[in-house]
Amino acid sequence: MYNTSRYCAARRAFGARQSMNIGKDLVAASATPLVLAILAEGESYGYAILKRVAELSEGRLQWTDGMLYPVLHRLERLECIAGRWETPVTGRRRKYYRITDQGRAALALQRAQWQQVDATLRRVWLLAAEADG
Amino acid sequence: MAERITMEEETVDKPESHAELEGRIAQWRGHLLARGAIEPADADELEDHLRNHVAALSDAGLTPEEAFLVAVKRIGQQEEVTREFAREHSDRLWKQLVASPVPGGRASIEARTEAWVVVGLAVIAALSLKIPELFGQRLDPDAEGGGSFYSRNLSFFVLPWLAAYFAWKRRLDRATCAWLAATFVAAAVIANAFPFRPQGSTELLAALHLPIALWLPVGIAYAGGRWSDPVERMNFVRFSGELAIYYVLIALGGGLLTGLTVGLFSFIGVDAEWFAQEWMLPCGAVGAFIVGAALVELKKSVVENMAPVLTRVFAPMFAALFVALLGTMAWTGNALSLERDVLIGFNLLLVLVLCLLLYALSARDSLARPNWFDGVLLVLVLCALALNAVLLAAMSARIAEYGSSANKLAALGENLILVSNLAGSAWICSQFMRGRRSFAAFERWQTAYLPVYSAWAGIVVIVFPPLFGFA
Repeated sequence: MYNTSRYCAARRAFGARQSMNIGKDLVAASATPLVLAILAEGESYGYAILKRVAELSEGRLQWTDGMLYPVLHRLERLECIAGRWETPVTGRRRKYYRITDQGRAALALQRAQWQQVDATLRRVWLLAAEADG
Repeated sequence: MAERITMEEETVDKPESHAELEGRIAQWRGHLLARGAIEPADADELEDHLRNHVAALSDAGLTPEEAFLVAVKRIGQQEEVTREFAREHSDRLWKQLVASPVPGGRASIEARTEAWVVVGLAVIAALSLKIPELFGQRLDPDAEGGGSFYSRNLSFFVLPWLAAYFAWKRRLDRATCAWLAATFVAAAVIANAFPFRPQGSTELLAALHLPIALWLPVGIAYAGGRWSDPVERMNFVRFSGELAIYYVLIALGGGLLTGLTVGLFSFIGVDAEWFAQEWMLPCGAVGAFIVGAALVELKKSVVENMAPVLTRVFAPMFAALFVALLGTMAWTGNALSLERDVLIGFNLLLVLVLCLLLYALSARDSLARPNWFDGVLLVLVLCALALNAVLLAAMSARIAEYGSSANKLAALGENLILVSNLAGSAWICSQFMRGRRSFAAFERWQTAYLPVYSAWAGIVVIVFPPLFGFA
């Protein structure tokens, strides 16, 4: 038998799936601004970025962990972020990413676009609520 | 349940559970890398992620095994992840032949050493070709003072260096190296000590057969001392086919380079033709052999081999051609006209069929069931044998007379060797189709036959000239 209580604790701690799953397309669309915004807070690496996503979304925004890396590589190719390998004296090398000026510009643009979407949705839902009420 | 928890907690920090985790991580990484679109650097990144997650989950109380399973699941299905990687790095699906290994690694040092050895040997080969010119020999037989020196010795400017490359690459032991060197020296002595009559046919025969005879020592060097192993012999067959294709490609590029050199210099009023003729073409032709061989070695595992692909395309076409030819002969009753070169033409045809057979064979999964392509090959071989039988029947009256000159006897001998090989192949192939023999028997037959070609070529080089009075 599985040690259920302990496993659930671990799931909670690491933000495993909650009841409300955000659709794949939406997750994919939000990946770029989210990664850029997290890197705008400071240099980071893959695992830490995902932990930050889980924290910020309170575990509601779930990525398949492996999918983060192709996104990072695409942003690196587009020169929105820059990666560098760091090998500690003892241990395995790790790739750190930091945002570039171009990345900051892209983030600003994305931010404006998402705010636009958000504002539109708010308006339409407000109208719907009024109609219902 | 309580018992189990304590048991698990005890195992957490035991070394064997740690070793097991390392083993599973290594296995997971191996699977990732096997998928092609993910390179070692990506795997490092993903592995770092996996380890972080495993460590964090372990801290939260999971056993290493549980933590590993959860972390792997969260990274995602390998297929999906790989597909995303492939979408982002679509260039990686075009395997890069000249891909540079990670700088600073052991592989990169080895690759650099190998590059130096290859370039060095190619230069040595090119120089060895030019050195006899210092002693008055001329490369162009029609030039003033030109002779047959170069046509007799052509093999020695290429094959020893090729063998040397493999001797270096396979770290051949001293005894084998000594044997190979002795073979080349003996062959060189024979080729140059025989008192050939100028423009005689035995000299031409010797020049033509020497490379075939000496291809065997190259194969022994290639096999790295395991020439008796049929697998290594088959690898040598694959290598020979790929080298031929690479050589043609390099020759095309080299021809273009030479043409442009002459053309561009002529635009500025400088005649570069002597340079192209005397240096670029001959040195390039010799050096390209070594470079081509190194490329084949390098890309062996990187790119789909070309020779089997060409075979797949052309074997059915040649089979159709032969069937049509035999059918037309039966329908019209037209006999083969016994012209002078008809036997040589048929030998070339048999060689072609043999090559198609060999390269079809070299790419086949030896455990697969017989399929339509094996049927095509059987038809191809049977038709070639039938055509050859028609020829030999037509010549039967004149065979005794035919074998009277060195040229004709050599051609007849080759015909018989090829026919026996193909007849054996057809027999084994038909038994294989009926499920009576394994495919491995076919492979064994072909690889066991390889030395026969060289042996016959050796006979033509060594025995024929004295037999026919060096005429």
